[in-house]
Amino acid sequence: MTAQTPAGAYTTADGRQIGGVVLEMKNITLRFGGVKAITDISFDIREGEIRSIIGPNGAGKSSMLNVISGFYVPQEGEVWYKGARRAPMKPYEVARQGIARTFQNIALFDGMSVLDNIMTGRLTLMKTGLAAQALWWGRAQAEETEHREKVEKIIDFLEIQAIRKTPVGRLPYGLKKRVELARALAAEPKILLLDEPMAGMNVEEKEDMCRFVLDVNDEFGTTTVLIEHDMGVVMDLSDRVVVMDYGKKIGDGTPDEVRNNQDVIDAYLGVSHD
Amino acid sequence: MLYREAGDFKTSYASDSQTFPIKFDRIRYWAVMAIAFGIVPFLINDYWANAVFVPFLIYAIAAIGLNILTGYCGQVSLGTGGFMAVGAYACYKLMTAFPEVSIFFHVLLAGGVTAVVGVLFGLPSLRIKGFYLAVATLAAQFFLVWLFNKVPWFYNYSASGQITAPERTIFGIAVTGASTPAWAKYLFCLVILTGLAWMARNLTRGSIGRQWMAIRDMDIAAEIIGVNPLTTKLSAFAVSSFFIGVAGALFFSVYLGAVEVGEAFGIQKSFLVLFMIIIGGLGSIFGSFAGAAFLVLLPVLLKNILVGQLGWPTDLAAHIELMIVGGLIIIFLIAEPHGLNQLWRVAKEKLRLWPFPH
Repeated sequence: MTAQTPAGAYTTADGRQIGGVVLEMKNITLRFGGVKAITDISFDIREGEIRSIIGPNGAGKSSMLNVISGFYVPQEGEVWYKGARRAPMKPYEVARQGIARTFQNIALFDGMSVLDNIMTGRLTLMKTGLAAQALWWGRAQAEETEHREKVEKIIDFLEIQAIRKTPVGRLPYGLKKRVELARALAAEPKILLLDEPMAGMNVEEKEDMCRFVLDVNDEFGTTTVLIEHDMGVVMDLSDRVVVMDYGKKIGDGTPDEVRNNQDVIDAYLGVSHD
Repeated sequence: MLYREAGDFKTSYASDSQTFPIKFDRIRYWAVMAIAFGIVPFLINDYWANAVFVPFLIYAIAAIGLNILTGYCGQVSLGTGGFMAVGAYACYKLMTAFPEVSIFFHVLLAGGVTAVVGVLFGLPSLRIKGFYLAVATLAAQFFLVWLFNKVPWFYNYSASGQITAPERTIFGIAVTGASTPAWAKYLFCLVILTGLAWMARNLTRGSIGRQWMAIRDMDIAAEIIGVNPLTTKLSAFAVSSFFIGVAGALFFSVYLGAVEVGEAFGIQKSFLVLFMIIIGGLGSIFGSFAGAAFLVLLPVLLKNILVGQLGWPTDLAAHIELMIVGGLIIIFLIAEPHGLNQLWRVAKEKLRLWPFPH
């Protein structure tokens, strides 16, 4: 342990180094009119970890992700990113700060090919102006090729070489999910938010997806926030888990701690009211 | 049998992303260019220039412009006629104010003026979508035509309220005015169209084009991966209006020569260009050409057949033409929403596998 090790840094069971806090949610409360979607929730996300958010339907998990990615502005509470308080910002500004996400319902660009979809993911990294692009002059073509190379690496990584020129609309569901992950990865994000990446998949597709999530974390060191309903997947993949129910946080800790937490068991299995 | 990718190996990403990946297509493209630049100018006469070629070239520019906005960026616009009028009047004011500057720059500057106006009228697109935006652009159409009618400064206080293009030359050859040779009109429009089409292709295959299409396909997802909806939509309005403004300037100065705004740039023009891109194919440069060619050629063809061959009255032929165009639009919307371009693509796909489709 060196002197620079941030407070709370730890090493996982499989030997990965988890660093300091990169994103911290402080006392977040989100209301829609009179309905409280999220009530006073605080948790942190550390560099390099796979952090899961779980909870029954309607617990506010997706709302939480939407707060992180800038779709919703919470009425109370603060978001701290990379050690500074983040002012309320638009989703595209959040994206430019290095937070990428996938959606629960696939949100790909159906009219474009797989390759173009993934290339679009890199647009925050592309700098050529309108005039240069129109004339295909100077940096424009070189930049396009440069980014194409990076995109091809991601295509290889996620094993979707065969479909790179296929229009996304023609792909089956499982592959669409994979392309969406590829598009998010193309932005070289610091934090990757995955909203139910395995929903509706069969066992094999789930296994593939788990492998990709682990590989991404392993190879690129991407911090990953995962929402998932499959408890087997969550418990196997996650380093730490936040449990939400009715917009409140009822548990936070390693998978083992969460599994033995009485509140969590009650929320999932119900309590007898006799 | 020539139409094959086999044996045509791509060894770099640049060659993989070129416009015509199949060799036969590239040869065909250069052949079309050679005919357009090398042969047609020598054969063209006044009838062919005025009835077919010049309107086709000008409408192709306008159709590419509208296709960038509607086909690529998904923002419906019914203001095309109004924006063409802006191009025409800007060109007229520039031609009369700076007679010593080349008409070539006047046309491009007119496009620039239209781009600014287009961005202004594009501002509502940040708040409203779909049909509501179409209504907002419709307001632009009527306002602009009204403006050019009511403010005499725009037509230099001429008694008739018309604008008339003075004679202007390029390399000593007239391209506007009464004494313009047919081939000069044709070449002038062709050069500008070629340049603009090439630029449109570059824009739509690069990063900015992908941002436009991202906004079109799913604006929320586009925003989450970093597309700024404000700058993206407005850039589409700017580029689109530039093209339409250039088309308007050419339509006035080279094609018609004298223009009365309500007649030349009324709402019918907006619909005509919109029909071109619907029939040709939304979101495709080739479709813009195909749609423009189709709607320019159809009336000429019908007139020749119905009036020339069958001896029908002219007004009957004109009404039948309207019915045929209307019917075709409905057929296309139901049977092939992606237009002629899609038919062309399917044909190419079939040809690629022919004669062994399995």
